[in-house]
Amino acid sequence: MSPSRSKKVSRKILHHELVPKHEVLDIEEAAKLLKELGVEPHQLPHISVNDPVVRILNAKPGDIIRIRRKSEIAGETIFYRIVAAY
Amino acid sequence: MSWIFEQENYFIKGIRFGILSPKEIRQMSTTLIVSDKLYEDDIPIAGGVRDPRMGAIEPGERCPVCGNPPSLCPGHFGRIELAAPVVHVEFAWKIHELLKATCRSCGRVLVTPEEFKTYLNLYRRLKRKWPRLANDLVKNIISQASKNMVCPHCGETQYKIILDKPYRFYEERPEGRVFLNPHDIRQRLELIPDDHAELLGMDPVEARPEWMVITVLPVPPLPVRTPISLETGVRSEDDLTHLLIGIIRANNSLKQAIEGAAPQSIIEVRWSLLQYNVSVFFDNELPGVPVSRHRNQRALKGIVQRLKGKEGRFRGYLSGKRVNFSARTVISPDPNISINEVGVPEEIAKILTIAEPVTPFNVERLRKLVMRGPEKWPGANYVIKDDGSKIDLRFTKDRKALAESLKPGYIVERHIVDGDIVLFNRQPSLHRMSMMAHIVKVFPGKTFRLNLLVCPPYNADFDGDEMNLHVVRLPEAMAEARELMLVEKHILSPRYGGPIIGGGQDYVSGAYLLTSKTTLLTKDEVIKILSAAGYKGKLPEPDIIKPGPYWTGKQLISLFLPKDFNFRGPAKINGGPLTCSGPECFHDSYVVIRKGKLLEGVFDKKAVGAQQSENVIHMMTKKYGTSTTRNFFDTAFRMFIRTLELKGFTMSIRDIEIPEEAKRKVEEIVDEAKNKVSDLIRQFEEGTLEAIPGRTLKETLELRIIQTLNEARDKAGKAAIAYMEPFNNVFIMARTGARGSEVNITNMGVLLGQQVVRGKRVHRGYRGRTLSHFRKGDLSPESRGFVRNSFRDGLNPTELFFHAAAGREGLVDTAVKTSQSGYMQRRLVNALQDLHVEYDGTVRDAEGNVVQFAAGEDMVDPMSTYHGKAVNIDAIIDEVRGG
Repeated sequence: MSPSRSKKVSRKILHHELVPKHEVLDIEEAAKLLKELGVEPHQLPHISVNDPVVRILNAKPGDIIRIRRKSEIAGETIFYRIVAAY
Repeated sequence: MSWIFEQENYFIKGIRFGILSPKEIRQMSTTLIVSDKLYEDDIPIAGGVRDPRMGAIEPGERCPVCGNPPSLCPGHFGRIELAAPVVHVEFAWKIHELLKATCRSCGRVLVTPEEFKTYLNLYRRLKRKWPRLANDLVKNIISQASKNMVCPHCGETQYKIILDKPYRFYEERPEGRVFLNPHDIRQRLELIPDDHAELLGMDPVEARPEWMVITVLPVPPLPVRTPISLETGVRSEDDLTHLLIGIIRANNSLKQAIEGAAPQSIIEVRWSLLQYNVSVFFDNELPGVPVSRHRNQRALKGIVQRLKGKEGRFRGYLSGKRVNFSARTVISPDPNISINEVGVPEEIAKILTIAEPVTPFNVERLRKLVMRGPEKWPGANYVIKDDGSKIDLRFTKDRKALAESLKPGYIVERHIVDGDIVLFNRQPSLHRMSMMAHIVKVFPGKTFRLNLLVCPPYNADFDGDEMNLHVVRLPEAMAEARELMLVEKHILSPRYGGPIIGGGQDYVSGAYLLTSKTTLLTKDEVIKILSAAGYKGKLPEPDIIKPGPYWTGKQLISLFLPKDFNFRGPAKINGGPLTCSGPECFHDSYVVIRKGKLLEGVFDKKAVGAQQSENVIHMMTKKYGTSTTRNFFDTAFRMFIRTLELKGFTMSIRDIEIPEEAKRKVEEIVDEAKNKVSDLIRQFEEGTLEAIPGRTLKETLELRIIQTLNEARDKAGKAAIAYMEPFNNVFIMARTGARGSEVNITNMGVLLGQQVVRGKRVHRGYRGRTLSHFRKGDLSPESRGFVRNSFRDGLNPTELFFHAAAGREGLVDTAVKTSQSGYMQRRLVNALQDLHVEYDGTVRDAEGNVVQFAAGEDMVDPMSTYHGKAVNIDAIIDEVRGG
C-alpha cells in the first residue's frame, strides 16, 4: 500500500463546487453501459483508485464511476470512468 | 482503373518487435567480414566491408548471392564475429535493470518463490488489457527486487550494481568497486530463466536478455551505405562504412591480443576500444563519449543519427514524401477568374498529365492530342499501349501513325486542360482550407493565378508567396475532390460556422462606396459596373427620375441577391456616432434586405469581409447553399472593384492632416497629461504617492504614468478624428474595416504616444537613463519613450530611437512566437491525429478507447452553428415573419 492510500480523505471535498458528482454504477447499469458502447471495460477512461473521491466512495478496481459534470457548453455532461489499480 | 495498379493483395496481421539473436544474425548473414581493407587494385576484396556479396550496387554489376542487377538486388547482411562480447548501448539501461533485479549466481528475480508466482500470474493477466498497469508492475518488482541483498532462492549475497553511463557496469563489493566486463554480464543474463525474464518485462522468445550483449554484429547490406564516386574518379565511402572499418580494426587488434595471450591490461584497453567503436556505430551522439569524426573533422552519422530528427528517416521520408504530378510557383492575383478556378501557366500544364484510357467516345480527341505532341499545349506526353509498354512522345518521329493506332485499351497521358480538377495548397497547412480543389484554367505567364477572395483561407498574399499544385489523376479521386474539396464547399469554416472566404481591402472600400447613400450612378456608369459583374438582363428602373435618371448602388447589389432573401443586421460602421440599434437608421449603418432588395445600410467589412459571422454572406450560404454564394462572389464582388476603379481611390498626406483647432485641443490634452505625470513624479519623490496593493511604490508610479499617457493618447486621437471629414479616404478605410484603424490614423496624424519595451516604458540603455541625452533618474515622459509627434510631423532623434526599440521588440516576438506555436501545433496534431467521432457520437482513439462520451460534450457540429451557437433565434423569427 502506498502511503497516500492509507491517509484518510475528508468527505468535505465532495461539497466543493469544483468537484462534480461521482457515483458508482451497479452491475446491471455497468453491463448495460458497456453493451451500449460496445467496448470492453478497459477501453473506458481510467481513474486511479487513489483518486480522493474514489476513496471516499470506496470504489474498487473494475468499478465504473458515473460523473455528472457541469459544462459551459452543454449544461451537464455525463462521463464514465473505470477505476484502475494505479 | 484497377488495371493500372494490378497487384496481389497481402495483409499485415501484426508486427512483433524483438532482438536479433546471434543465431539469427549468422543465419541471415552471407559474408563473414574480417578485413578492414575495402579494395585491392580498385576491386572490392572478399571479407572486407565492401564485399560484393553484400549486394550489387554498381551499374552493370550482378549480385553474386541473388544474381540480380542493382535495381533488383535487395542487399544482404554480412557479420562481424566479435573477439569478445560488448554491451549494446541502447539496451544498457535495461541490462542495468535486469542485473539489479536478479541473483548474481542463480539469475532468478530477487523475490520469494511465492511472491514470484503471484506476481507472474498477475503480470500475465494484466499484460493484455492493462498494459500500462503491467509496466508499472514490472517497475515495482524491479525496485523491490533491487533492494533485496540476499537471494531468496539460493541465499547468495547480492551487491549493488552501478551503471557508469553510457555502457560501463561496476559491482560494489566489500573489497571495492569491481568492473563487470561484457562477458561477465552476458553470463549473468544467460542465467535468467525464461519466466523470470518475462516478469522483468522481456519476451524471452523474441528477446532473450543475453542477446542485448552483442557477440555477432550484423553488417548492414551495401545498398544501405552506398559509396559515392565523384567525377574525378575518387571514391567516397558512406559514414556507416567508416564506422564499420573502425569496428573491424578494434576487433582485429583485440583478437590478436587475446590469441597472443597479451597481458590482461592490454586486452582490457583494446576491449574497451571495441566497445567504443560498436557503441558509436549505433549512436554517435552519446553523452560523455567522444564523437567519432571523419578525416575532415565532420562528425560521422551513426544509425541513430540516420533515424532521428526532422530530416531523419521517420520525419523526412516516412511521414513526409516527395510526390510526382505536382508543381510549385509564385502566385499572383486575378480577380476575373472564379473563386473555384486556378490559373496554371502553360509551361506547367505541358508537364503535368492525366492518364486517360482510350474509349470509342474519346479516341478522336485523344488522337488529336497525341498528334500535337508534348511540346504544344494541349497535347500529350506518353502513350501506354495495351501490352503495358510506354511510348515517350518526345522521341516519337511519326506521331500521326501512333495516333492512328490508338484503340480502346491504350492509355494516353494527356496534358492538363481547362476544367480539370487539381488540389492547391499553401504552407503552413494549418487547417482544412489550406488545401482545396480548384478547376484548372491555363494561362500564359509563369505564375499561378488565384481569385483574391480565396486569399483568407490560404492566408496568402502576393509579396512572393509560392503555392503547390497536385494533379488528381483517378476518376474516384477527381469526383471526391470536386464534391468535397472544391473551394465553394469551404465557404463556411468548420471552426465556427461562419464564412472564411471574403473580400478585403479594395473589395470593402468598393462595396462601401457602391452602396453608400450618396452614390448616384448614371446609365453609363451602371452599364460599366454591371458588365464587370457579367450581368445579363434588363437594366432595372432607375430609383431616381429627377433631375435625371440615376441609379443607386443598392439597386445594383439587389440584382444579384436571391429573390426571397431577407436579412437584418448592423454594419461595421455601426458604432460611435453612427450607432443604430434597428432599421430606423439615419446613418445608413443598419443593413436591411427584404425580398432580395437591399433597402438600407451599407456593405462594408461586416457584409463582404472574410471571417465575419452571421453576416449577409453567412445567411445566404445557409439558406441557398454554397453555389449561390459562389455565384455572388463571382458577380457582385466584381462590381465592388469596378466601382473603385471608376471612382478612383487613393490616400495622400492631406488625408491625415488635422485642422489647427484640433491641433490646439491635442496640445491641451498632452500638456494636461504631462502635468499629471510631473505631479505623480513629485508625489513619488515626496513620498506622498499611495502604492497600489501588491505593488511597490516605483511600480505604482510607472503604472500610473503609463495609464495617464495612454489615456491622453486615446483622448487626443478621438478629439482629432472628430474633426476629420467623413469622406476622407483614409477615414473611410478605417471605418469600413478595409484597412487600418483609428489607432493607425492617430499615429499618422496626431501622436505616437508611449513606446513600450517588455511591457514597461522604455527603461534600458545607460545606467539610470535611456539615452545620454537625459539626466540620470529622469522619469519624465520624454526620457522614457513618450513620442509626442506623429509620423506626419516627424519624430525627433530620441523619439525615433524609442520607436525603433519598440518596433524591434515586435519583430522578435513574431519570430519567436511562430516557431514556438509551430512546435506546439506539431505535438498537438501528433497526439490527436487519430481521434474520431463514431456513429454513436462518442469520440474514440485508433484502438477504440473512449475519449469523450458525447463529441464536444454537446454533439454539436461547429460548422453548422452560428459562431458556436446552435440556433440563431432572431434569424428564425425573421424568417417565420416573412422578413
